[in-house]
Parts: sequence; structure tokens; C-alpha cells
Amino acid sequence: MVWTKKDLLGLEYLSREEIELILSTADSFKEVSTREIKKVPALRGKTVVNLFYEPSTRTRVSFEVAAKRLSADVINIATETSSVRKGETLIDTGKNIQALNADIIVMRHNCSGAAHMLARSLDISVVNGGDGWHEHPTQALLDIFTLKEKLGRIEGLNVSIVGDIAHSRVARSNIWGLTKLGGNVTVCAPKMLIPDGIEKMGVKITNNIESALKNADAVNVLRMQFERDEKDAFPKQLEYFREFGITKERLNKSAKKIIVMHPGPINRGIEMSSDVADGDNSVILEQVTNGIAVRMAVLFLVAQANERRKNETVD
Amino acid sequence: MKEKAKILDKESISRTIIRIAHEITEKNSGTQGLCIIGIRNRGAYLAERVAAQIKMIDRAPVSLGVLDITLYRDDLTLVASQPLVHKTSIDFDITDKDVVLVDDVLYTGRTVRAALDALIDFGRPRSIQLAVLVDRGHRELPIRADYVGKNIPTSRKETVEVHLEEVDGKDEVVIVEKE
Repeated sequence: MVWTKKDLLGLEYLSREEIELILSTADSFKEVSTREIKKVPALRGKTVVNLFYEPSTRTRVSFEVAAKRLSADVINIATETSSVRKGETLIDTGKNIQALNADIIVMRHNCSGAAHMLARSLDISVVNGGDGWHEHPTQALLDIFTLKEKLGRIEGLNVSIVGDIAHSRVARSNIWGLTKLGGNVTVCAPKMLIPDGIEKMGVKITNNIESALKNADAVNVLRMQFERDEKDAFPKQLEYFREFGITKERLNKSAKKIIVMHPGPINRGIEMSSDVADGDNSVILEQVTNGIAVRMAVLFLVAQANERRKNETVD
Repeated sequence: MKEKAKILDKESISRTIIRIAHEITEKNSGTQGLCIIGIRNRGAYLAERVAAQIKMIDRAPVSLGVLDITLYRDDLTLVASQPLVHKTSIDFDITDKDVVLVDDVLYTGRTVRAALDALIDFGRPRSIQLAVLVDRGHRELPIRADYVGKNIPTSRKETVEVHLEEVDGKDEVVIVEKE
């Protein structure tokens, strides 16, 4: 299996083999972070630009750490303090970064499809760090990597995704990835947070948390994005926790030990209780650790593919 | 590709490993502070065999590790096919140890250079020695092996193929010629 794609934009357009190549490469990279010198020279001389149009701590830092562990130089651009504020277009910003001889742009953007548009306009690699409600491929890959590490396989696993499915790029990428690898996905949320037609993605739907947990091997709990609707948020949060919150009692009703995942940041007492977030079902911090290995793999693979493509053009 | 000659068969590979194991224990006066690290892929299996022989000779176990040098290669962008990254597994401290690197074929010396860079990122060994099953010449870097199974003068048009039971189902070393 050879990785040929210049960019990583989402899991919808990846084959099962391509997803498995990223996961197996990440598995080898994980060891690098356990060394005393946590660094290999694989991307020495390459420049990675983190271009973030939305606030982010863990994704940006994770990409930065991943790039640095591969010996790349990293530049972080937060658009609130850049020329974007003066009205520069996304394509112009991208072309300027390309003109600096950067090699990879990691972009977070609030518009769905922004990463695709940028990738089409540039010769350098673009990695999607989350675009609107569309995809967040590296988060899904690290979720899948963690599940595979914990349970040894994805094929046949029952994974429930609980929370704001409608606005979640994490949910969409997870659904693409898990179903391609043979996992069974159930989504669980209040009716208003389940988008029409989602069953076409090959998932089951439920509005009942007990039923979502009943046969689950893992539950991926999404962050409730109450910042979208501040008005009357407090009673809604209590109500949400009562109806959909992950608690010890709910987990204990299952025959299996359910793995609990969350892309972070957690709203404790809203999506899950604190004893679940910190309990032995939780792999939330392991997800963060695995995120570095997965992002190292992605940066390595796209950089190699783009380098080979350039050499072919020269020949 | 045409097979030109068989250089080593199963028995001669076995005898060569035994000889190299004796030379290593003799040069290092035993196994105190000694560790054997094989370079993936076939060097790792040869390292296992050498370590097993040393254990029989000296009646003491020797630390064994595996090094993947993909991320240290200086020609990653020149290779046509995708290099697969494998795991490195060195679960002991190499600082102040005598490390014997093991590989199947010594050719330009670039693999060994990459392995030296990688090893030094793991610690500061007292010494690094090199054991190879075959030295086929054509060095591009100032590197030589301390223990050589067999010197095989070759032309650059030829390829030395090491086949091992663990990977290829048989033990042999052959020279093949590009047609």
C-alpha cells in the first residue's frame, strides 16, 4: 500500500487500506514519544504552518508537537492577529504561505469545505484540522487508533456516538472511518440534534441513552456546544445531563466494560459525570497521547507523497 | 533478474553466525555490558541468532534490541516506493554499553550511518561495533565492519540477496544480476 494523496482532507474519500496505513504508521510512531530524546529527523528541513481560523488548544498543540517530534519547523498563525483581519482571502493567505516555501498547511476553519478549497489552489500539502460541521479527520483517526489499541480490532465493534451529532465534524469523520473498517455505529442525541438522512451513512439512530449503551463496546461522547445558544443554557444543561449524561450507574448496567471517549474539552456534569471522566472506563487522556502519533503519521505520509510527486514532475 | 551464484547455504550461514558470536565474545571478553541490536528487517533476525549463540557460548543472556532506521534515512525522498515505518524496540539503556549492530548486507554504508544516528539518540554507548553477514564493497562513507561473515566482491549491476528462514522460508545468500 502506497500513500499517494498530497493532502488529508477527510475520511469520506479514504479507502479502508489508506486508513489502515495511517493507523499502522502511527503505531510505529508512538514509540518515538517514549524515548528520552523524543525526536526523529524524518521531516528535517520541512516547514509546517498551523493556520487556525478558529480557537483551538489541543488540536493545534498536538499538531505542533507532532511536527516538532519529526524535526520540522513549525509556524503558528492565529488569524485573529493576522492579515486575515484586513480582509485577505483564504486562497491569498494560502498562496503567501506557499510562497514562503512552506511544505504543509494544517488548517482549522469554521466553513465546511474550506480545506478542500485551499488544497485545490495549492501545490503544497493541506491537512484538515477541522472544517465547520464537515470533518475532523485526525480526531477520528486518533479515536479509532485508541479503540483499536484497547480492543484489538474495529471490525464488528459496537460504537455509540452521543451528543450534538448535527453540528459535529468529529461525529461525521468517526462514522466514515468506523463504518469503512467494519464497525457498527449508533448515534444517540435529542431529536433536534440528529440531522435528517444520517441513516444513509450506515448508522443506527436512537434517542434513548440506555439503548445506546446496552450493547456498546465504546461510547464516544461529544461536547455539547452550548455556546451556540447562551440563552436559557443552564436549565438545558441540567436537562441534557439527566437525559443523556454518561454516569457510572448507566455504564454499570451494561454487561461489557464500555470504553468512554471524548474529543475534549469536557463539560463535566453535562456530557458526563466527573467520576466517569476520571474513572477506569475513560481513555480520554490516552486519546490525547495517541493524537500525537496519529498526526506524526499523517504529516509524514503527506510530506513523502508530495516529495515523490515533485520528483516525478522533475523527471 | 537472473541468479548468478549461491554464495552461502543454510549450513554455511549457521557456521558463520556461530563464528561471529565467538568473535564478539572474544573481542568483548564475555557478555558483561554487551548488547546486540539488529537493523530491521533481516538484521533483526540475524541479531536474534547471534544473541542465541552468544548465550550458549557464555551461558549468560545478552540484551537484544531491534532498530528501524526508516526515519533516519537520507534518501527517503529519492526512493520510489513508500518506505514503511516499523517499530524500534530497545527496552534497555544503551548508555555505557558495548553495542553490536547487526545487519545482513554492508554496501554503501548509508544504512549503518543512519543506524548510528538513531542509536546515539537513545543514549551514549561505550562502543558501537558492526557485524554483517555479507560485505559486498562499494562504500560511499568511511564505515567498516568489525565482524564479517563473508566478503563478496560484486559489481554495482549485481544485487546480493539474503534469504532467511523467518522471512523467506529458506536460508541462503545469492548474487542476482540485472538483465
